[in-house]
Parts: sequence; structure tokens; C-alpha cells
Amino acid sequence: MNIYGDWGNVLVVKRRLEWHGYSAKILEYNQGDTFPRDVDIVVGGGGQDSGQDSIQADLLAIKDKLQTLADNDTPMLLICGLYQQFGKFFKTQDGHIIQGIGVLDIETHAGPERLIGNIITESQDFGQIIGYENHSGQTFLGTGVAPFGRVIKGAGNNGQDETEGARYHNVIGSYMHGSILPKNPAVADFLIEKAIVKKYGEFTPTVVDDRFAELARERAAKRPR
Amino acid sequence: MLLGKAVRKIAQMRGGGSALPGLFVEKIDPDFIRRTLAQLPDGVVVISGTNGKTTTTKMVVELLESQGLRVFTNRTGSNFTRGVAAALLGEVDNKGVLSADIAVLELDEAHAVHFVKNVAPKYSLLLNVMRDQLDRFGEIDTTAKMLAQIASKTTDTVILNRQDPRVAKIARILTHQKVGYFGLSPELTKLFPSDDDMRSVTLVSNSKLPEADVLLQSINDSSAQFVIGGKTIGTTLQLQGVYNIYNAAAALALTHAIVGAKIDEEKLIDALSQVTPAFGRGETITIGGQPLELVLVKNPSGFRLSLSSFKPEGYATMIAINDNYADGRDMSWLWDVEFESLRELGVAEVSGVRAYDMALRLQYDEVTISHVEPELASALQHFITNNSTLPKRIYCTYTAMLALRRELGKMTDVEVIS
Repeated sequence: MNIYGDWGNVLVVKRRLEWHGYSAKILEYNQGDTFPRDVDIVVGGGGQDSGQDSIQADLLAIKDKLQTLADNDTPMLLICGLYQQFGKFFKTQDGHIIQGIGVLDIETHAGPERLIGNIITESQDFGQIIGYENHSGQTFLGTGVAPFGRVIKGAGNNGQDETEGARYHNVIGSYMHGSILPKNPAVADFLIEKAIVKKYGEFTPTVVDDRFAELARERAAKRPR
Repeated sequence: MLLGKAVRKIAQMRGGGSALPGLFVEKIDPDFIRRTLAQLPDGVVVISGTNGKTTTTKMVVELLESQGLRVFTNRTGSNFTRGVAAALLGEVDNKGVLSADIAVLELDEAHAVHFVKNVAPKYSLLLNVMRDQLDRFGEIDTTAKMLAQIASKTTDTVILNRQDPRVAKIARILTHQKVGYFGLSPELTKLFPSDDDMRSVTLVSNSKLPEADVLLQSINDSSAQFVIGGKTIGTTLQLQGVYNIYNAAAALALTHAIVGAKIDEEKLIDALSQVTPAFGRGETITIGGQPLELVLVKNPSGFRLSLSSFKPEGYATMIAINDNYADGRDMSWLWDVEFESLRELGVAEVSGVRAYDMALRLQYDEVTISHVEPELASALQHFITNNSTLPKRIYCTYTAMLALRRELGKMTDVEVIS
């Protein structure tokens, strides 16, 4: 499920870990692989609707492992397709139900139009989050999750309730591409900090030069929808 | 008709976009395109796909002309329907007669779908389906479906890229057309990852693929070997970049399908050896006694192929990224390109509306940057002044390229297309 440039998120996590003084190993998980034993951070991306159908069965098979990781505060970032599939279900245009793994208390319905364009949200923990959305699914949050951000510009989860994404423990689900982490290093450092503290008890970050991220954010925030 | 031509003159003097007169024709005479093209004895050829349309169309035009055909094409690079109308207006005489044997049209995928409902092409060439402008189309499968529609409306022959699974499988829906293929030898296949296997290397065994009418066998510095109908033919080329040379294989396959047995192979290969890249698609301009190459980048696969085709050694490199509608608004695509090959020498200048997104991308690939300046005119000036003794190369998105060409035009003679 890597049609959509979400590889940027994996790269950012890996590189920032290195800059903070840690070595990171990227484990790729594809359908049918053996689930790795030692998982510190999970990053999942978006793809086409047709891709979601093909990973569904496999995702359901590893559902318990993912639920356990989530309940145990493993940090995760799930974008677009995987965000949806971590929910209860995705209902397509013709009524076909794609069962999700229910780690996130959300449900998604195929909408009549694509929600596409630059998006800015506001969050308590991360300040402004800046990215780009492109989805026809409309996601609605249940009581078991909090929104990731409040929409300032753009559509967000469904274009109606001004929420974007969802959070549960240290799991973050979102529709934001861009990719999301490069221009939002605070989110990347959140994932890293949670993982390091969980594994080693404490985390002393190095100061990373985020000036390009700052300038890119400023510019992106001014771009039209 | 006359009104349209008057408007075209005005638009030309303004130096404005290529499609305004076509809009007027559409409003006054909606059947104009179909009627005018119906005159052509050898029909209409449509070329579409994500990458390579403009260069391939230019090649096909020159190859067909080498065979004695008079070719009409939408030369100005506007591949929307209105651009076709505008181009036709420039070519018909006052009675509406078009002196040509065949029309070769480069068409944007979405507009092609509407175009072929009005004018059924006799031949079509479908190059590839890549992640590109997904803010317009939404999904790769949608783009593939558009190409399938172009193929199904084609009356005589459809030429397909056998290496691109989404294009190759279009053959399955064709009931009465002839189908031809262009393809790559196994050694070259690994230079063309599809968007699906960008993160892994899955080489489809070439033995499972249909036989290619034209196969690109191998490439050296400025020459290539093709296998055409079982015969190996080598030639020197003015084209640069492995993807442009693969486009040449496509052009050869299409030309063979159109001309058939009467083809003059010698004239064909001679013409091929002379083809230079189309406007804004890899052209070289001389500034301050040094060559300056403009390389258009539109999507991850294109950028990756460009980076692997052009070695950075001995060059100063600049990258200019805009996010206007024609460039693609979403910056995600930059993260599907690897820039490690630029590490050793670094990047001299980063510019464009989204210069900082590009700088950020380079930072994460640990590529040093000498200067970042979003404003293109000053960035260009700075780039040229600070690298005066070196040949230069600028990777740029579409509107950045247009702006840079205008700036360069003030410094030297640059062919004005739009």
C-alpha cells in the first residue's frame, strides 16, 4: 500500500532516530509475511481502493497482534487506507463492506466526491498540522477515539464535523499526505519519544535543525486549497 | 472561421496561452474538429499516457514525414481539446481545407476520452500509466480506464507498452483492432520500476509478455539497439535519457503499424537519429558559453528515471519545484524519489514555490544544498553567476520550466513556443 508517497513518513522516522543517536531498522510487512517479534513503531500508508481489498484478509489475520500493540501504547501512524482499515469497516459506493480490524473506533463510508487539497488542522499536542488530503471515504468517529486535529482549512474526516484523523493510546490515524511527517516534525518526534521511552525508560533528544520544515510549513499554509 | 483566425493573431501577439482561439471555435462551430479531421485520407493518430507524450508525438511526426507523409500535429504543446482546435485553425486555409495526409495528436488522458467519442482515431499509442496528477484523476486505475476507452474507440491498430501491466492488459478488451507492442530487453527492464514495485524489485519474467514488434535491446552513451521484426538495428541518437529512447521504440512501433510494408527503413532510422527532444522536455540552451539543460519532472517515475539517466558529475545542479495546477498541487510525490545520487556533489540551487519542501526532501536524504531561493528569476541568476565555469542542469516542474524559459529568453535566444 505504497502508491502515495507515504514512504516519506518512514524515512523521516528513521532519519530522525539516527539524528537523535539511535539506529533504526525498517521492517517491511507485506501480506503473508511472519509478523516481526520486536516492533517499536508502526507506520502504514495509503493506496487505491483496490489495494485495500487485497490486504483485508491478511490484516484481519494479524488483528490481535496489532490490537495488543496498540493497547500497550506502541506508537503508530496510519495514513489514509490503513487508517480506514484500522477502523470497524469501510463501506464502498455499491454497499460492499470491507471489514476493518476495529482497533480504532471509527467507520468509513464511500462519499460522492473526492475530498482533495491542502489541509490545515489545529491540535493541542502538536500545534498546527499541515498536509494534503485526497480521499473519497468519509470517516466518522466513535466514542473510543479522539480526533487528531480540528480542521481549519480543508475537509478532514468527512467534511462535516471539522475533525481530522483519530487517536487511540499512541495510535494516530489520519488522511493527511504531504507526506505528513516531514512538515510536521512534532508528530514524528512524538512517535519516536513514545517508542524510546517505552524501550529504554528515557529520551534525551538532540536538537534537529528544522528550519526547512518551518519555512516549508509557512509556505504550504499560504497555498490555495 | 475567419473570426477564429483573427482571435488567433491577437493571442499570438499577446504571447499568451495556446488555447484561447480554440475556445472561440468551440463556441461558434462545435463540429469544426470532427469535420476538419474527417478530410484526412490516413486518419487520426492519438498518443496518450502519463509520461512521454510530447516527445513521442514529435518523434512520430518526424518519422512519418521521413516516409513522405504530410502530418498535422498539435505542435504547441497544448494537449487539451481546445489546443487541438487552435492548432487546426492555424493550419486550415480560408475554405477550411487541411493540407495533410494524417493527424498525429498528443492528448491528455481525460480530454482524450471526450475527444475519441467525437473523433474515432484510426491508430492509438498508449505509453504508460504512472502516479501523476492524482489530484486530478484520483487513482492510477482511473487513468488506466481512460486509456482503455481511447483504445476501444480506435478503429485500426492500438500500440501498447508491454512492460506496463496496466497498459498491456488493455489488449484483453479489444475485439476487432490490431494490437502491436513495444518493449524492453530483460537487462533494461530493471531501469523502469512501476509505481507498484517502487519499494521492491519484482521483475516480471519477459517470457510471460507478448512479443514486442519493436524491442529496445540496449543503450550506450549516445546510441541504441532496437530489434524490429526480428532484425537488430543500431543507431546513434540526439536523444538523452533512457526513457526518451524507450519512447523512440514506441514511435517506431507506431510508424511501422501506420506505414506497413511500404516503409523505407533507411529513411526511418536516419530520421530517428536526427530527432531532438521536444520543447521543454530535455532541451539544452547555451548561457555564458556553458550548456544549460532543462529537465522536466512531473512525477516520481519520471524524476527517478531522469536522475538515473543524467550523471551529476561535472555539472552544477538546480531543482525548481512549483505546485500550480499543471505541476500537481500535492508535494507527496517528492518522497517517492531518491536523491542520494546527488549527495556527492550536492545541489547548488533549490527554487520554486515549494523550494522549502524540496530542500526538506534533500535534507532527509542528507544532500547538501548551497542556496535556497523560491523566487525563480533571482535563483536562476544566482545559479548561473555562481557556477559560471560549469555546465548546468535544472530539474523543474512544468510551470517552473515555463518561467525559467522566459527568463532565459531575456538572456539569450530561446525558441518561443508559448
